[in-house]
Amino acid sequence: MRPSRQTSQRVAFAGLTVLATVVVIPIVLVVVYIVAQGIGALSWEFLTAMPQNGMKSGGIFPAIVGTLILTFGTALVSIPLALGAAIYLAEYAQDNWLTQAIRLAIVNLAGIPSVVYGLFGLGLFVLFMRLGTSIVAGSLTLGLMTLPVVISTAEEALSAVPGQFRVVSRSLGATRWQTIRHVVLPNALPGILTGVILGLERAAGETAPILFTVAAFYLPQLPSSPFDQTMALPYHLYVISTQVPGMPLRIQYGTALVLLLLVLGLDLTATLIRRQYRRRRQW
Amino acid sequence: MFHCGDLIDTGLSGTNAKGATDPIVKQATTVRQQEWVIETLIRVSGFSAVLFVALIFIFLLKEGTPAFAQVPLANLFGQRWYPTEGLFGTLPLLAGSLLVTLGATVMALPLGLATAVFIHELAPDWLREVLKPLIEVLAGIPSVVLGFLGMTAIAPLVQQHLNVPTGLTAFTGSLMLAYMALPTIISVAEDAIDAVPSQYRDGALALGATRWQTIWRVVLPASRFGVIIAVMLGIGRAIGETMAVMMVTGNAARVPHEWDALFHPVRTMTATVAAEMGEVAQGSMHYSVLFAVGILLFVLTFIVNAFASSIMIRGGRRRGGRLMG
Repeated sequence: MRPSRQTSQRVAFAGLTVLATVVVIPIVLVVVYIVAQGIGALSWEFLTAMPQNGMKSGGIFPAIVGTLILTFGTALVSIPLALGAAIYLAEYAQDNWLTQAIRLAIVNLAGIPSVVYGLFGLGLFVLFMRLGTSIVAGSLTLGLMTLPVVISTAEEALSAVPGQFRVVSRSLGATRWQTIRHVVLPNALPGILTGVILGLERAAGETAPILFTVAAFYLPQLPSSPFDQTMALPYHLYVISTQVPGMPLRIQYGTALVLLLLVLGLDLTATLIRRQYRRRRQW
Repeated sequence: MFHCGDLIDTGLSGTNAKGATDPIVKQATTVRQQEWVIETLIRVSGFSAVLFVALIFIFLLKEGTPAFAQVPLANLFGQRWYPTEGLFGTLPLLAGSLLVTLGATVMALPLGLATAVFIHELAPDWLREVLKPLIEVLAGIPSVVLGFLGMTAIAPLVQQHLNVPTGLTAFTGSLMLAYMALPTIISVAEDAIDAVPSQYRDGALALGATRWQTIWRVVLPASRFGVIIAVMLGIGRAIGETMAVMMVTGNAARVPHEWDALFHPVRTMTATVAAEMGEVAQGSMHYSVLFAVGILLFVLTFIVNAFASSIMIRGGRRRGGRLMG
């Protein structure tokens, strides 16, 4: 006899709930575990001191500074380009083959593996443009990698600004660019900011693109010019967890926790901006 | 918000009868010139995405071509990867990547789909507000952190519970990858479910179907294009994932051939490039072959993504057509 429709619904819903739990519980566990294991290592000294004793004691200051510098460099590369591309797609692009090609290109940029970006950065920036393994080369590589995320979110934010705003502005005599500059952009700003932060968050956590373009195993001092190498948190975590035998687990988890906090902090900022924006939005 | 000066200047310029030397007209011309510069910059950055894809491909080719030209194909697609001895068989790497990706897809598909349905159809509002940010958190965790955790915490568990010689196996990699692909799969699948017109749902319920029958027979089939796209994008992410996979799969370059290959160490294409590029001499054959592996990765993900976006375009059209007709 077939089970009744109600019974099969109950079984199916129970199954869905179980599967969703299997997805969610490990996420909580991962975060809680890293916090629990790493919190003991966190101290003012850990955050602000140079590594000592073959990185087995002391702090991770240069790695933190390196990641902040790289994130800043990424923003410099990514924001102007992505904003331009998003404005083009949202305000200028016509529905033709060229626009489709651009969209296809963006989808594929988003899909290119991070390690391939690393190879590309090595080939173009480090070797061909002779920038060497440097902060400039790393920022350019990371900047390109974040383009698709920032473009898509920014375009979405621009398109969400109602068409009437544009019509009214143009009818008052404003040019197309004046309309974009004074009407569309200010209204889309929170959405664009969210996209930028999401992109930077990705860049801050990436390891593969910086492996051959900027990252240094160990440096005794901070970088002094954009053409220097630098240490970076994700690469540092990779190094101390795989390349340095006898590394205290406490420092490894401490480093993982700092990286996690940095990235999730950015994530939280983006979420808060988005929330604030939804509440205030008047259309 | 408006700079009224700008507006009035340009607004009046056309109706002003005093001739070209008029300061107002002159100012309007400057505004027009400035705008031309800005709009050109915008157009250029619009096209830049196409340029970058082309540049990436060109530079991969530039560095990788010597490998195709000088290493015999039988060697390049052979079964043995021993770069120091001049054996550049990429087959084990390709097989490793495919095995790990396949394992991840098999795990992530039911989990992701079920979670998307759960969030969209079953969860009360407050729970949805908790679950969605939580899944975004998962998307935000850097892959090196997950790899580190997989190496230090999960691999020992795998070793104990599955009774295998090492916990660093293809299975461990698949497990990590499945969770890393989940946020993509869940959010795309949920969008697809959300896009199913509510009339479909109402119609089914009005005919007496239970909520589950409606989901299973109406909502899911109607959102199948989106679900396929979700899976493709998930697969694309899984093939290209580097750090986590490198840290947990054991990195043994061998063609998996046993029935339980999933529980042996493997080495993926991405891990090989990431681990070896730092140590090779620039311009050596090994260096070129690593770029060739990069080309292979680029082409694979390009195909997967192009396929996904072609469905996106076609599926959208078909559904639109049906609704209009």
